[in-house]
Amino acid sequence: MMRHRKNLKQFVNPCRKAVAVTVLCLGSLLGQALAQGGGPLKFCLRSEPKTFDPLKVEDDASGVIRYLTGGVLIRVNRQTQELEPGLAMSWKVSKDGRQISFRLRSGISFSDGTPFSAQDVAYTIQQLMDPSLHSPTGDAFRSGAGSVETKVISASQISIRFPASVAGLDRLFDQVAILSEHSPKKEMAVLGPFMVVEYKPGSSILLKRNPNYWKTDEQGRRLPYLDSIQLDIQPNRDVEMLRFKRGELDLINSLDSEYFDKLAATSPQLVHDAGPSLDSEQLWFNQVAKSPIPDYKKNWFRSADFRRAISEAINRDDLSRVVFHGHAQPAVGPFSPANKFWFNSKLKPLAYSPDAALKELQAEGFRMENGTLKDKDGNEVVFSIITNSGNKIRERMAVLIQDDLQKIGIHVNVVTLDFPSLIERMTQTFDYEAIVLGLTNVDLDPDGEMNVWLSSSENHQWNPQQKVPETAWEAEIDRLMRAQASSSDAKKRKEAFDRVQEIVVEQQPFIFLINKNSLSAVSTNVRGAAPVILSPQTFWNAEWLTVSGK
Amino acid sequence: MRFWRKVACVLLVLVIGASLAANWIAPAGYAKQYRDAIDAAPSRTHWLGTDEVGRDRFARVLYGTRISLLLAPAAALLSTLMAAFIGGLAGYLGGAWARMAMAVTDLFMSLPWLFLLITARALMPLNVSPLVSVLVTFLLLGLLGWTAAARVLCTTAGSLRTSDFVRQARAAGLPRQRLFWIHVVPNLKPVLYAQFWISIPVFILSEANLGILGLGVAEPMPSWGSLLKELEGLVSVGEEPWKFVPLILLVVVVTSFQVLLSRQEEVAA
Repeated sequence: MMRHRKNLKQFVNPCRKAVAVTVLCLGSLLGQALAQGGGPLKFCLRSEPKTFDPLKVEDDASGVIRYLTGGVLIRVNRQTQELEPGLAMSWKVSKDGRQISFRLRSGISFSDGTPFSAQDVAYTIQQLMDPSLHSPTGDAFRSGAGSVETKVISASQISIRFPASVAGLDRLFDQVAILSEHSPKKEMAVLGPFMVVEYKPGSSILLKRNPNYWKTDEQGRRLPYLDSIQLDIQPNRDVEMLRFKRGELDLINSLDSEYFDKLAATSPQLVHDAGPSLDSEQLWFNQVAKSPIPDYKKNWFRSADFRRAISEAINRDDLSRVVFHGHAQPAVGPFSPANKFWFNSKLKPLAYSPDAALKELQAEGFRMENGTLKDKDGNEVVFSIITNSGNKIRERMAVLIQDDLQKIGIHVNVVTLDFPSLIERMTQTFDYEAIVLGLTNVDLDPDGEMNVWLSSSENHQWNPQQKVPETAWEAEIDRLMRAQASSSDAKKRKEAFDRVQEIVVEQQPFIFLINKNSLSAVSTNVRGAAPVILSPQTFWNAEWLTVSGK
Repeated sequence: MRFWRKVACVLLVLVIGASLAANWIAPAGYAKQYRDAIDAAPSRTHWLGTDEVGRDRFARVLYGTRISLLLAPAAALLSTLMAAFIGGLAGYLGGAWARMAMAVTDLFMSLPWLFLLITARALMPLNVSPLVSVLVTFLLLGLLGWTAAARVLCTTAGSLRTSDFVRQARAAGLPRQRLFWIHVVPNLKPVLYAQFWISIPVFILSEANLGILGLGVAEPMPSWGSLLKELEGLVSVGEEPWKFVPLILLVVVVTSFQVLLSRQEEVAA
């Protein structure tokens, strides 16, 4: 190095020397960065995380922190949708679906250096199942009355026994970040690839590489490659987009179709359409017997033929093309085709046919008079569709549905309401006729939708909290959902849920409209990104990502 | 100035005439969806392009102009008359009357209108036709928009009450009622006109914002407010200048009315 400096003195003037030294320094830094493969990754969270405790996570932002920092026994590979070993090298679920045994990796430490053992798993499960914690993650494991028993066989072996069979037991562990029993840092001591080092409320969260992360690459280099991840809290999507365009952000995890197309027009290499996601948008009618709507309208809404006719009269292809600019697929039923295992592939979306819809309605006693549809008692078929104001996508969907139904003589009033008012009408007063809303699915397993399909559930939106099922088909869905939940036989579970999907398509309690595509944007500086449909779409493989050019 | 008045007059005649003739100029109507031409740029068939669901923007501007030009001034007139009555009378009478009127005005201004409007929406039936929704919206705006103007008018009327010419008229024995109508009201006119014209664009924009509460002009009916909502994504609108037409139209109409109004003021003076 000294010899090199002397050569510089001999051959360059001071100005050139300064430039040369700068270039050397930058080259050295770049070389170092490439050698480490790291770099900082920067993107936005759309809301403040409500908690850093992985067991209490119930919002998206906290879920992101848990995903990036939490070490889990079993991980669902977001690309293949298959289970992969995490902290557990192997596991075995008992035939009755009540017990799971894990063989753990040894020689692993938490981010603060505290050793990891089966005791930590037992501690985490006890915390998770503590009723006083009200853990949403823990709720998924509650299958029956009684306590959960953990048996630590050795430092690297543990078995957990539940009071009743838990459907999809092994998959549920993807959400359980293991806590340290002994670390003084409690939940801030983590086993995941990153750890929280700085939190500025309302502004940002800084994650740094966990130096004790257990995973290595093929060359034996310790993961993750990234040095840090900065998460800026930014609810405004316009600002997020602007910052991404300026190069201040490396990715946008979820884009709507309008932004996607605008970005694609100028920088097609930055946008990714991973295909249909698990999320759906749907329309449903109020079927609550005690709702304050006229009886004749209740009769329409409680008729499967009426609902099916409405479903047939809605042009789903146009919804996808016009509202989502082609970045959505006509929906079939409760699960999107993106859910590779559980989707019933025999089902097809209802074909758009206003003529067939009108025939079905006429068979039910409806008749067309001067372009207006009337029921057998002479009541004009008029109803309102409510949706949440400010959601342009849903407002546009409602306007298209309004136009489609006008073609069969049905007059629809579109009303946009602020979200709290809409929720109050939907869950408290039941003072509505039809709603257009969406369902965000994060769980591949139908067990995650028990709260939607059981007739006794609060989230059985079209007619919630039924003491006994009011219709035969709802009773059948209840039976099938309970059967699949209590079985550990994947084939039998699939058969039961396939039938549930068929009943839903026959009865149309939810008129499923479309499945949105998973749209994202990733800077070309980010290496290794492979956006997928499951959350977190763009950084599911964060430990393998690198950022260059910074 | 005469030239600009003529220009303003021509512009207003054109705008009002076109909006009234919308049925003939744009026979397809404001609700027809050309789903194969969504968000299209201006063309021979769609002079101002189409909106995000393929509706002809030119037709929507014409029909929206008709609605907004009819109802926003009506709401502005209602609120200005209420302000004139409450504020003007309170200022002219002075003393305890003025204090009481202003206390009521302050109380009215301090009410959490957002929450009251949400309650109003909750009380209203959902199945309201677009036409009724328009009338309800502008009626609400007219009934709620008088307070700020009332304060201004109260102060102006108060200063008129103590002015020399009013004192002289009173000393000459002119009855109080005649004094109010002959000397006070004509001198309040410029303020009333100003309040009236200020209210129109405010009400048009308020109508657009009320849509958030489900109180605005209902789909598929257009209004200037709903058309102006297209300007929300300012980042992209720069590339689509035709979307500014409703805004330009709003500015042109309000300015033209004000130019004509200045003539009225001169005549009144």
